[in-house]
Amino acid sequence: MKVLVSVKRAIDYNVRIQIKSDGSGVVTDGVKHSMNPFDEIAVEQAIRWKEAGLCDEVVAVTIGPDAAGEQLRSALAFGCDRAIHVKTEEPVQPLTAAGVFKAIAENEQPQVFLMGKQAIDDDASQTGPMTAALLGWPQATFASSIELADDSARVTREVDAGLETLDVDLPAVITTDLRLNEPRYLKLPNIMKAKKKPIESSSLDELGVAPAAALESLKTAPPPQRESGVRVESVDELVAKLKEKSLL
Amino acid sequence: MSEPIERDVMAYDVLVVGAGPAGLAAAMRIKQNAPDTEVCVLEKASEVGAHNLAGAVVETGPLDELVPDWRDDPPAICVDAADDEFWMLHQDGSRRLPTPPQQNNHGNVIVSVGNLMSWLAPKAEALGVEIYPGFSAAEALFDEAGAVRGVRTPDMGLDRAGQPKNGFTPGIEIHAPVTLFAEGCRGNCSKQLIQHFELDRHSDPQTYGIGLKELWKVPESQCRPGLIQHTIGWPLDDDTYGGGFVYHLDDNRIAIGFVVGLDYADPRLRPFEAFQQFKHHPRIKPMLEGGEIISAGARALVEGGWQSLPKTEMPGAVILGDAAGTLNVPKIKGIHTAMRSGMIAADHLHAHGTADGFDAALRASTVGAELKKVRNIRPGFNKGKWVGLLNAGWETITKGASPWTLSNHADWQATRRLDDLDSPTPEDAQGYVDRDLPPRDRLASVYFAQTEHDEDQPVHLQVLDTSICIERCTHEYGNPCTRFCPANVYEMVENETGQAELKINAANCVHCKTCDIKDPYQIINWVVPEGGSGPNYYNL
Ligand SMILES: Cc1cc2nc3c(=O)[nH]c(=O)nc-3n(C[C@H](O)[C@H](O)[C@H](O)COP(=O)(O)OP(=O)(O)OC[C@H]3O[C@@H](n4cnc5c(N)ncnc54)[C@H](O)[C@@H]3O)c2cc1C
Ligand code: SF4
Repeated sequence: MKVLVSVKRAIDYNVRIQIKSDGSGVVTDGVKHSMNPFDEIAVEQAIRWKEAGLCDEVVAVTIGPDAAGEQLRSALAFGCDRAIHVKTEEPVQPLTAAGVFKAIAENEQPQVFLMGKQAIDDDASQTGPMTAALLGWPQATFASSIELADDSARVTREVDAGLETLDVDLPAVITTDLRLNEPRYLKLPNIMKAKKKPIESSSLDELGVAPAAALESLKTAPPPQRESGVRVESVDELVAKLKEKSLL
Repeated sequence: MSEPIERDVMAYDVLVVGAGPAGLAAAMRIKQNAPDTEVCVLEKASEVGAHNLAGAVVETGPLDELVPDWRDDPPAICVDAADDEFWMLHQDGSRRLPTPPQQNNHGNVIVSVGNLMSWLAPKAEALGVEIYPGFSAAEALFDEAGAVRGVRTPDMGLDRAGQPKNGFTPGIEIHAPVTLFAEGCRGNCSKQLIQHFELDRHSDPQTYGIGLKELWKVPESQCRPGLIQHTIGWPLDDDTYGGGFVYHLDDNRIAIGFVVGLDYADPRLRPFEAFQQFKHHPRIKPMLEGGEIISAGARALVEGGWQSLPKTEMPGAVILGDAAGTLNVPKIKGIHTAMRSGMIAADHLHAHGTADGFDAALRASTVGAELKKVRNIRPGFNKGKWVGLLNAGWETITKGASPWTLSNHADWQATRRLDDLDSPTPEDAQGYVDRDLPPRDRLASVYFAQTEHDEDQPVHLQVLDTSICIERCTHEYGNPCTRFCPANVYEMVENETGQAELKINAANCVHCKTCDIKDPYQIINWVVPEGGSGPNYYNL
């Protein structure tokens, strides 16, 4: 069995996000980037399957600038067998990404396409479902556990009401949620060896994908600042203040 | 743990510890000299540049040599130095002084050292240098003959009690015929090696300062790109060495910082608070008002200079840059000398194939000459600000030709006991003002350092005997760790039984190393936490 995993370079979750002064986006220059944490969970899952003998090849794919090669190197250090870098300097909208992933999936013919449930930069949660739709494959999103069989998978999903269990036929797109697993620490020797592995390179052009212009981003603004609180001296004052704001 | 751990071993031709100015310059030069040499650089920050902090006005000589066409594609922060100003601050006024010649910055550039490093790293990688951020050197290792054979990286995945958790990954050993320790000020392996080989046997003790810094974005009219301002005086008293800096960048950004010599005598002094007071001085505050903090942090710097420079070579290894102590204090510049020391080491290895003889080469170089020339200026301030300034004038006029060399003493020994102090607290004596500029306090400042440590790992600030804190330090020195730590890591709290206890909030630590240096009993040992932990400085 072959598993394809998507990997996105995103601003690290520890970074305090700054908005560009002209509102055209967030500051990315000189800011720490790492693998989208949900993709890390997806990679970890694929490698666990490989270690358990459930699949025999894991291929990582990213779409992004040259620097995104770093995240592919991490995927290789996790234990992925191959890595494909679809290079583009332009920001990629979910539909474009889905188009690229469809083309890659058609070339690679995996049984499972694992993706993070969302990327923590734009939080769109669209690429997985769109890829499944373009491929005409079943999808199971927000997976918190996956049992793999030869031609189907039983996926437990985290939904608002609790847990939902689905059986999907393979090939399928499955997106990972936080509780699926806890990614391992990368071992330095594996990182060192991953540096020397080849990365296959491709482009939107080569894959015949035209960048979608479905969305236009108008403005990026920070959330409104919380006004500083007031200290009240007594219960009466508190009640008065609440009334003043029509909260009582 | 009881059983010895099986560790993987990786081997390289040269191992470099630390991807700062010294380490990266050395690694690049090695590759330029001999492209086939396999060079591995370990960096404890999660990304190159994320633990580096400086002013920073830089002399570009070494960079011009290393990357001759660097001006075609300069780092994102790089502003030509314009005017230099030197101010003496009083409680409510200020006086402009002539700029000391060492601080004439014509021809220099203002950068962020963190940004400079993250810009330089891909250039090093393009030369074939392998850089591994997120992996630190926990300790140096020795071979049977006693020579340094490399380092061990820390174990990952231990819990607070030191027991392996799920996913425990033992550290590995990295071996190389030569290891270059470029860990910066008070490097943990460098400290180990200086003790192990008694490298400081013939030099004075190293001395230090603590530097605190913030990067601000300010309203348009408040920033004059290229302006370099230095201050001495308030809020420090005449006996305490230190001062402030304000470097005006482009894009309405201002780098502001404050340095306090760690030989300060009054254990009640709080360097972080002194920095915040400095920001509220009428000469400084108008530049910041209406602005916001982008990033903040702290880092110790070496001040001992020539007479405190330990021997920088030992079998199988050398110590570079500020890990040895190559900073030029009167210039407040160490980036060019750190880089130069790395390049000298690379050339020395290329010519001789061994660390032997590096120490002499370094001392005979421009780095040695520069440090020797200014050697008496900093210790002149041990007798207070005025004697210091007069002495600095003399040493400058005579170009360091005085037949004497003033000596340095360990900073922690300068701390006076509380019962030996009859002066009012620094707050009262210096007339500290109410503050309204951010950050509110040290914890609010740590937020801007974006520091990050997994809480469930062994505490990386080892206090060898916490009973001393309670039984002696509280009444002898008033627990100065709770004051000098810029990140509020140390707190004296009451435990359930109502007894005083030292609480260590290790997760806040910004790796400045001040506690390791200034603790009056020398019982705090800073060890490396899990790789990748620590601050995530942005453009400091
Ligand atoms: C507030 C302040 C202002 C300054 N202003 C200026 C200025 O204007 N101009 C100037 O030229 N200089 C300035 N300096 C001095 C300058 O920062 C240093 O001299 C210079 O950075 C020294 O370079 P280095 O490579 O020796 O050490 P560092 O820059 O400290 O780099 C050491 C590197 O090693 C890493 N490291 C440490 N220990 C380990 C380990 N065990 N394993 C792996 N990695 C490790 C660190 O994370 C770091 O990246 C200033 C310093 C301070 C604190
Ligand atoms: S604990 Fe020590 S090294 Fe860490 S921030 Fe505080 S003084 Fe600096």
